[in-house]
Amino acid sequence: MTNVKSLWLHAAVILLLFALNFLLPEYHRGIFSRVMVLAVFAMGYNLAFGYTGLLSLGHAMFFAAGLYGAGLTIYHLGWSVWPALGAGLLAGTLLALVVGFLALRTTGVAFMIVTLMFAQVFYLTTLYFTTYTRGEEGLVLPQAMRSLALPGASFSLTDPATRYMAALALLTIVLGLVLILVRSPYGRALIAIRENEERMRMLGYDVFANKLASVVISGLICAAAGAAYAVLFGYVGSGFASIQYSILPLLWVLLGGAATTLGPLIGTLFMFYIIDTASDYTTAYLLVVGLALILLILYFPKGIAGTVRERWLPWLP
Amino acid sequence: MATALKLDRIDCFYGDVQILRGLSLELYEGEVHCLLGRNGAGKTTALKAVMGILPVRAGSILKGEMALSRLAAHEVPKAGVAYVPQGRRLFAELTVAENLEIGLMARNKGEATREHVLSLFPILRERLRQRSGTLSGGEQQMLAMARALCLEPDVLLLDEPTEGLMPSMIARIRETVSALREHGVSTILVEQRVDAVLPVADRVSFIENGQNRETVDVARLREDPEMVHRYVGVG
Repeated sequence: MTNVKSLWLHAAVILLLFALNFLLPEYHRGIFSRVMVLAVFAMGYNLAFGYTGLLSLGHAMFFAAGLYGAGLTIYHLGWSVWPALGAGLLAGTLLALVVGFLALRTTGVAFMIVTLMFAQVFYLTTLYFTTYTRGEEGLVLPQAMRSLALPGASFSLTDPATRYMAALALLTIVLGLVLILVRSPYGRALIAIRENEERMRMLGYDVFANKLASVVISGLICAAAGAAYAVLFGYVGSGFASIQYSILPLLWVLLGGAATTLGPLIGTLFMFYIIDTASDYTTAYLLVVGLALILLILYFPKGIAGTVRERWLPWLP
Repeated sequence: MATALKLDRIDCFYGDVQILRGLSLELYEGEVHCLLGRNGAGKTTALKAVMGILPVRAGSILKGEMALSRLAAHEVPKAGVAYVPQGRRLFAELTVAENLEIGLMARNKGEATREHVLSLFPILRERLRQRSGTLSGGEQQMLAMARALCLEPDVLLLDEPTEGLMPSMIARIRETVSALREHGVSTILVEQRVDAVLPVADRVSFIENGQNRETVDVARLREDPEMVHRYVGVG
C-alpha cells in the first residue's frame, strides 16, 4: 500500500511538470527546464550524501565531467548529441570510480577535504587547458549541433518546449531510477551503512565496495545532469567545476530533505525561485535568501520533504 | 568434544596499550561458554578480536581449519560467526523487517531463515513495520539477536545481552540462548552478572588483565562461589 501511494505521488509530480510545459509563461518554463536538470544533479548528490552519509564537497567535478565530456566532443570533434551524452556519462562515471576508490579510504572531515581537493584539481585543470576549454569564458556550442535525433524525427534542443520536455524526460528517468534504488535491498543497505558502518561490517557487508558503488552511481547521475546541461543550454564553462557547484547541491538537498526522493527537486526549485523573486526587489537579495533559510531551518529542520515525512507522511520515500 | 572456535595465545592492542596478553580460549561445539571478569579485563576486546575489528598482533583465532585472524572483518560473518555487540546497535531509522532483511541479505538467506528467527522471537512478528529505534530495550535486544541469527551462524558472540533489561526479558534471552544450543549453535556469552550466567552456561572462563586465568564447569562454580569473588569481586 505504501509503495502504491509513493508511486502515485511520483507519477503525479511528473504529470504536473508535464502539464506545466503548456501552462507556464516562457520565462518560467526556462527556469523550470534549468531547475529540472540541476535537480537531477542534486538527486545524484543525495544518493551519496543523503542515503549513504558521504558528505562530499567535490561533486561539482562529476557534473563538470559530464558537461565537458559532452561539450568538448561536440565542440572540438563534431560529435552528435547521443554519442556526446555517452562521452559525458562515461567521463563522469570513470572519474567517480577513481575518485571514490581513493577518497573512500578516508571518512568524515578527511573525506570532505579529499573530495574538495580532487574537485579543485579538476577545476584548475579546466583553467589550465584554456586552449580547449577557454576557461571561465567557456564554450558556446553551435546551435546546429544541438539537435536530438530520434527514430523518424529530429528535435532541436534550442527550442524551449523541446528543451523542457528533454529535461523532464531526464528527470523522470533519474527519479524512477532513484526510487527503485532506494526501495531495493541495496538502498536499505546504504541507509544501514549511513546509520552504522561498523555494524554492517560485522554483518558481513563489504562496506567499502557498497560505498564505492554508491559514489559511482551518484557520479553517473551527476554526469548525466552535466552532459544534459551542455546539450540543452549550449554552454560549457569552468564555473560549473568551481567549489560553488559543490556547495549548491548540498544546499538544495538540505533544503528539500536529505534521503528523500523528491527533496532535491523541491530544494532546487525553492532556491531558484527565492533568489529570482528576491533579486527583483533588492540588490541585497542574499539577505532575504538568508532569512528564508533561517525560517526554513527553524520550521523544517529536516528539509521540506524530510519534515513532511517525519510529521505527516511516514510512507514518503 | 569437538572445538568450534579456538583463540590461541592472542595479543591485542588499542593503540600502544596492550589489552589481551596471550589470551587462550576454547569454545566447544554446542556449548554456552561465558566470559566473566571485571570492567576492562578484556572480555569485549576478545570478541572484537574474533570479529576482526581489532587486529591480532600475535597468536591465532581458528574456526576449524580456518584462521579467522587472517580474514578481513566483513569476511568473518561469512565464515559463520555472528556478533551481537553491547548496546544493540540497531539501524534505528529502519523498520524491524528491514533490520532483519539486512541480516538475511548478508548471507543470501531467505524466507525459511526469517521464519525460523521470528519463531524464536514471536514478539518481533507483531512489530515488523515499526521503526526499530522506537522499540523497548528488551525488544531491541531481541531484534539485535534476531538480526545476527539471520546469518545462520554456528558460532554466536553475545556481549552483555541482559544489560539494563527487566527480569522477564532476561529470562526470555536465556531461554533463547538455551534453544540455540539445542540447534547446535555454540555461544560465547560476555556477562558481568553471575546470576545471569549460571542458569544457562556450560563453562565459565575468568578473564583478568587480558588473560584467561581459569576455565571451569558451571557445576564447579556452584560448589565454589568463592571463585567468583576472587576474579570478579562480587558474589
